[in-house]
Formats: sequence, C-alpha cells, structure tokens
Amino acid sequence: MSRLIDVTRPGLARPGPEPAELPRGDIMRRDRGAHPPAFTPGYKTSVLRSPRRALVSLEPGPGENTGPVFRASLLGPLENDLIRNYARDGEAIGERIIVHGKVLDECGRPVPHTLLEVWQANAGGRYRHVNDTYLAALDPNFGGCGRCMTDAEGNYFFRTIRPGPYPWRNNGSDWRPAHIHFSLFGEAFAQRLVSQLYFEGDPLIPLCPILGTLPDAAARERLVARLDMGQSVPFDALAYRFDIVLRGRRQTFFENKPEGH
Amino acid sequence: MPVEYLKETPSQTGGPYVHIGLLPVAAGLAYGTQEHPHILTGPGERIRIEGVVIDGSGHPVRDALVELWQADSEGRHNAGDFLGWGRAGAAFETGEWFFETIRPGVTPWRDGRPQARHVSLLIFARGINIHLHTRLYFPEDEAALEADPVLRSIEQAGRRPTLIATRLEGTPIPTYRLVIRLQGDEETVFFDM
Repeated sequence: MSRLIDVTRPGLARPGPEPAELPRGDIMRRDRGAHPPAFTPGYKTSVLRSPRRALVSLEPGPGENTGPVFRASLLGPLENDLIRNYARDGEAIGERIIVHGKVLDECGRPVPHTLLEVWQANAGGRYRHVNDTYLAALDPNFGGCGRCMTDAEGNYFFRTIRPGPYPWRNNGSDWRPAHIHFSLFGEAFAQRLVSQLYFEGDPLIPLCPILGTLPDAAARERLVARLDMGQSVPFDALAYRFDIVLRGRRQTFFENKPEGH
Repeated sequence: MPVEYLKETPSQTGGPYVHIGLLPVAAGLAYGTQEHPHILTGPGERIRIEGVVIDGSGHPVRDALVELWQADSEGRHNAGDFLGWGRAGAAFETGEWFFETIRPGVTPWRDGRPQARHVSLLIFARGINIHLHTRLYFPEDEAALEADPVLRSIEQAGRRPTLIATRLEGTPIPTYRLVIRLQGDEETVFFDM
C-alpha cells in the first residue's frame, strides 16, 4: 500500500520557488472569537491542558507567512479512497459516501495544491488505534486514514464510510456525533488548521461537549457537512459537501518601516 | 458595517487518535511502508531536538503531537530540497518526543533585524481545542537571544527562558531539550500571530 511515503526523502520537497514568486503580504489576524477558547470545562481534558496566561501577540514573520510545500507525488493512487486503501479481502462495510468541497481563504480565494489529511472511526464507531478499546468490532477492511490534495481550483474529494458515533469518558454518557477529523496546511504555517467535520441532521450534534467548546451556533454550523444529492453516485454512494475556509492573506499596500516595531 | 470576510473554519481538538491520520505508524496501522516525519535531512549541522509536554498537574501529555517548521541552514524557508517541516508523536508510555534535523540559520525579522536561530513548534492533543504555537531557541546564542525581536516582545522577561532549550551533555550530536508546560507557574509562552 502506498499510503506512507518517507517525507524526508531528498527530492520530496518541491524545489523552492524564487522569493519573488512567494506569496506576499501577511496572513490576516486570527479571529479567536470564532474558535473555541482553550479552557472549556465541559470538555474535561481541556481543564489541565489549557494555558492560563494570555497568548503573546506577534506580528507574522517569514517563518509564519510560509509553510511546507508537499508534492502531489507524495500521494499514492488510493489514498483518498478509504473504502479501498486498507482493503484485505473486500471493501469496507458501512454507508458509502463521497465527501467533497473547496478550500478557500477568508478573502474567497481558492487554496490550490494543499494537503488535506483525514482520519475517522469505522461504521461502528471503532478506531483502528492501539489505544481504542471500545467493544465495537474493527472492520478488517477499514483503516480510517486518508489524504488528498486540492486541485488548482482548491477542490478536494475523498470516498469513505460514514463513521459511527462512539462513547467517550467525559461525563459517563457522552457520545461523539459521527465525525471525520481533518488537517490542513494552506500555504503558511499560520494557516495550519485541525478540526472535525460533522454530518447534517445528526441529533448528537447539540449534545456534544467538544462541539460545545465553540462559542456560538453559527461557528458550529460551519463544521456541518451538507447532504449533496447532486453529487451522489446512484446505487453506489451518497455525497456530502464540506467547504473549508483558511485564514486570508492581506495585500501589502506599504512596506514595513524599521521603526514600526 | 465593516467589510465582511469569509469566516475561518473553527478549530476542534485533534483528539486522542490523532495518530491514525497524522502518524499512522504510531497508531499501529501497518500500511506497508515506514514513515519518519520526525527526521529532517538537508545540508547543515545535524542536531537533535527532544522534549515533553507537561499538563497543569505536572503529568506528561502522552498523546501529544508536535510539528516543527524551520529555516534551512542558510536561513531560508522553502529553498532547495530541505522540506523544513517535521512531525513527532509523544511516546505513549512517557510522553517523550524528538526530532532529528539541522541547525537552522538566522532569518530576518519583518524589519530586517536578525532573529535568533529558532524552530517553530505547534502542539496538538486531546484537550487542546486549538493548537498552540511556540518556539525553541538555542542556549548558546546568547547575544542573539538578547536582541531577538520576538523574545523581546514578551513583556515579562522572566518568561522568555521558557522558550530556550537546554543543551544536553555527552550526546553523539548536539542535542537540545525543551520542556513545554501547558499551564502553571512556569507556563511556556504561546503565541498568537
């Protein structure tokens, strides 16, 4: 299986663009009010893992306005097909779905050629991870991880099994809604994002303490994928659409002045 | 009304099984080929960076995932064949993680002043709702640390040493250790940029 390739192999990093070709302008400030705060006691683990001191606000420098560039050759042919990329003697069991969408920045520009990584439980809510001991069975043909890259217009898609809800040790009877974890790089380290996709209509969504870390309903709505019958494959797979927004990059109207800091 | 932009997709925790997607080997997923994203290769002086993330009760965060982003040995990002990026998982038993990489060069700050040599680190884990940005600096760069614009922007000078690694003695290659404290008296400085 070609899922894993040594990313340290020389030559995997794309030959660097000349500095003149690098995108210019700072990544726009993150609106932290639209994200969960660090300390959210309803999600118990956050209590001891949240800083008590304020973040130190920093202007982005060259290390924040740039980020790793991954080649499309990083990916094997089945990496965006979770129904088949761990197949042993058949295909994964469960509700076959396609998840697709567009990655944009806050200015509405597509984010092309960026890596999207996803991971999830199987149809029964069981993760293929050494630390998951939930009694629901593993699916011998389902691994639960995949990767894809956005195309030149920022579009991505992958195929998978709709994950099942699962219980977790928070308040004794908390169940996670069906969800798919995802991770994005964008073109700058300051755009890095890890989050979770949920499914339209899931009644567990309003009960979830992790979704409940988000301050307002509009923010929670932005994590809900919509059923997309237009892109479903008849007699094969339903489709969900999920667009993702990364931080924008502002224009450089004026060069920085040395005395400005 | 101010101009409206699209809203950034909100962050959520990476969760306890973050390794399935981001470090499948650590999750126990046998996909056939090995992956060593904590080993960065390129021209320059080889160094090792190690550490542990500690929670507010003093216990190691054993499911932490750390990402690194740095300049090459000449202080350039995205130049040549050096990827500049790495990813390491904490050991489930001890919480220890490490990178092998090259010593980064000096990069300019926004106004052209040099920054002390450093690597940027991101921390993801169960219980961390949005990843934490921090930096690791090298203790022998004393004059540069004193002048570093980012360190100087930390108002409380007593908090600056939380970003400066300790050089370990008697190691095959120069080895630096950084204990990242999420919460408490010696809490590590985390950045918003």
